Amino acid sequence: MATLLRDSKAKRSEFTTRSLLRLAATYLGLAVLDAMALYLVYVFALDGVWELAITIGLITLLVNVINLRADLYPLRWISPALALMGLMVVFPIIYTVYVSLTNYGDGNLLTKQQVLNLLARETYLPEGGKVYGWDLYQNSAGDYALWLTDADDSYFFAALGGFDPVSLIAAGADLPAEYQGYRRLDRGEALRAGREAQGLSFGTAELQIGIAGRKEAGEFAQRYVYRADVDAVFDNELSALFYANYETGQFENENGATLRTGFISGTGFKNYVRFVTSPAISGPLARIFIWTIGFSLASVVSTFTVGLLFALLMQNERIPYRKAFRTLLIVPYAIPALISVAIWKGMLNSNLGVISNAIASLGIEPPPFFIDPGWSKFGILLINLWLGYPYFMLVCSGALAAIPSDMYEAAEVDGATWWEKFHALTLPMLLVAVGPLLIASFTYNFNNFVIIEAYNEGGPPMVEAGTLPAGHTDILISYAYRLAFGGGRGADFGLASAITIIIFVLVAGVTLAQFRLTKGWEETSENV
Amino acid sequence: MSKQQKSKRGNSPSPWTLGLAIQIAILVIAVIFALFPVVWILSAALNPSQSMNSQSVIPPLPETRVVLAEEAGVLLEVASPNGSRVERSAGTILLAEVAGERKELRAPKNGYVQNIRLKVGDSFAAGDALYDISSSYLINFDTLFNTERKPYLRWLFNSVAVATITSFLVVMVTALSAYSFSRFRFKGRRSLLMLILLVQVFPNLLAMVAIFLMLQQIGNHIPFFGLNTAGGLILVYIGGAMGINIWLMKGFFDSVPRDIDESAMVDGCGHWQTYWRLIFPLVRPVLVVVGILSFVGTFNEFVLARVLLRDKESWTLMVGLWGYISDNFARDWGIFAAGAIIGAIPTLIIYLSLQDQIVGGLTQGSVKG
Repeated sequence: MATLLRDSKAKRSEFTTRSLLRLAATYLGLAVLDAMALYLVYVFALDGVWELAITIGLITLLVNVINLRADLYPLRWISPALALMGLMVVFPIIYTVYVSLTNYGDGNLLTKQQVLNLLARETYLPEGGKVYGWDLYQNSAGDYALWLTDADDSYFFAALGGFDPVSLIAAGADLPAEYQGYRRLDRGEALRAGREAQGLSFGTAELQIGIAGRKEAGEFAQRYVYRADVDAVFDNELSALFYANYETGQFENENGATLRTGFISGTGFKNYVRFVTSPAISGPLARIFIWTIGFSLASVVSTFTVGLLFALLMQNERIPYRKAFRTLLIVPYAIPALISVAIWKGMLNSNLGVISNAIASLGIEPPPFFIDPGWSKFGILLINLWLGYPYFMLVCSGALAAIPSDMYEAAEVDGATWWEKFHALTLPMLLVAVGPLLIASFTYNFNNFVIIEAYNEGGPPMVEAGTLPAGHTDILISYAYRLAFGGGRGADFGLASAITIIIFVLVAGVTLAQFRLTKGWEETSENV
Repeated sequence: MSKQQKSKRGNSPSPWTLGLAIQIAILVIAVIFALFPVVWILSAALNPSQSMNSQSVIPPLPETRVVLAEEAGVLLEVASPNGSRVERSAGTILLAEVAGERKELRAPKNGYVQNIRLKVGDSFAAGDALYDISSSYLINFDTLFNTERKPYLRWLFNSVAVATITSFLVVMVTALSAYSFSRFRFKGRRSLLMLILLVQVFPNLLAMVAIFLMLQQIGNHIPFFGLNTAGGLILVYIGGAMGINIWLMKGFFDSVPRDIDESAMVDGCGHWQTYWRLIFPLVRPVLVVVGILSFVGTFNEFVLARVLLRDKESWTLMVGLWGYISDNFARDWGIFAAGAIIGAIPTLIIYLSLQDQIVGGLTQGSVKG
């Protein structure tokens, strides 16, 4: 408090300096931010990545407005959080929708503009162009240069980024051993270096020279020219027009031949239509969907039941060392899920796992925990029970403690049995308190990627999925992951995003139902 | 306990004791179920034989086999006759310089070389044991820290760095926002809070494809925040942690009486001074707990880290550990166990020591509904 009082006395004199300093800091900060943002907007616009250019532009604009307008002072405090959420949470959701409506994936990884930028850099050696003989030179930095001799025995020296006629020596004379700091390579050296130098483009941007053969070098010409009037790329080497085909995201000529690189293009609801029409997707997707729901439900029911059982047991005050029991019982909750699943995976391993061996030692064939779809699912549910019951044990303990004890006393006066008390009193009271958490747990498990991935990467694989990656224990989110990053047939970001949209819709639906059910909006509003 | 119950027990003691015994028995079984994997991973980590199926909890130490150096020298090369896997192959060759002379040392023919603790450049004296095979319960930890193909310490460092920076920034940024939501009344405040809650329904792990593609594009121009970088990953983590933590922190700020700010304002403090000198120190203990839990959450995050980090050098610990499970799980079981224990210790300690706060938080949530 003393410092505060002193501050307030000093405040008047400091006022102008301090507010000026603060203003300067604000402007400086904004200037740095704006400079970075402008740069990003510029380069993304050049790439044709409009969605990012616009998003970054909008967020920056918002931050500027908030920090410059005095009446928005309270928002200044929130603007960093808003910017981060906008870029890292809101934009990815919108972007997912966009990607789901495109053919984004292997073979179509770049925007049309990026593809055109790449194509514009490609060159070729036109037939009938000027041809030179060449000798290879190299400087101390390792850069190569070409000594060129044309048909009239005129000499030129073409370094990387330079092209000069040489009138130093007479026609037909021996080439100099050194020229402008470059040393002439002898035949053997030139042969070894030839492969490396072959891909290089010598000369200036206007006049590019490349090695065409063992003895010839020639002038490169730009190979592809984009013609906006017909929205096509003209291939100078083949003298053919390649039209942009937005259905496939390829540049195509009349014969159906395409250029090597495809581009991202909007394909409408094609990815969603594939859910129904493609047999390699529709069958597995339906089964994955059902298993996702089943897995989430079974996980919630099992973890809640076991958690509640333990919570009820822990209520008995006569049990010794209750605190120690609780601590030991929540240990699974305190171990990173990935590590827990890995440990269980090792224990269930059919050849070496301690559980499988224990079963085998009883004279029973150990179940194929990773090969059989049914047993795989059982294994996952068992592990998820181990992972999840402590949460409900803790939650139920708290909720049970909150049930007023006089209600039990009243029930005892009425002569209610233990079961009647539990059934008619404890459970309903408990469900009111824990209900929303059950739903939250359902949505959590709905997207419980870690356990599925760490257990068996979604396996065993589904046969009917063909070349697409789908497994019997895959849930929607892991299926989407596999389509996007699973390797195999190549990434299909469009389809993966379309599946993510299903998850979005389902999660939104469940959450809405939860709020309806618990009147969560009103209650949250009260807390606001 | 009411008097009535006590008298009941006095009349018929046996059913009560039986019931209690059953209850305790169930709890004991539950504890065994809960702890069995933990005990077993500890045992596996200490087991030098890499076996996944040790019958005893405390694994036996196999007979020690050692090659004694005859003279002092420096190791030049450590190679195995059958290729790359040096750690564990019989007949491993050590090329060493002994008294200025190159010499090959070889494990005894009947020797099973399990782990080499030596690296190129190590020097040894005459009589030194060059191989310390399976002679220690800590051999798995030793291998864990000294395998170049799997830079465990690097991953540990990455994880700690990412989690520290993330949790610190999350607390600082969300505390600012929470203060504003708690102390100012402005137009659109409620809608904004609701919007944040709504957005938070979709964790950013769901949009991993979009985030991956976005970082790919950003990395083309600002490599520091691109794929494969801690910078990009931290940005994603921070963005995803905003919503829930703003709400959480707003609750803490709400619990600080407004009289405190008002008296400070009367003293002539601006909002910033009030926040930084008064309110922030008051809520700091809670912020520390939030920061620690955020640290643990980030440290244990696996999915986004795996999607966004492709190079072994940039992996976090969880991604690295996953590498052990996916390849050679059976062979590297003991090493994985050692790595898993180190990876789990921070979380375990924090959760168990903060269990009352965590239970309090969960219970509050459940009762509030």
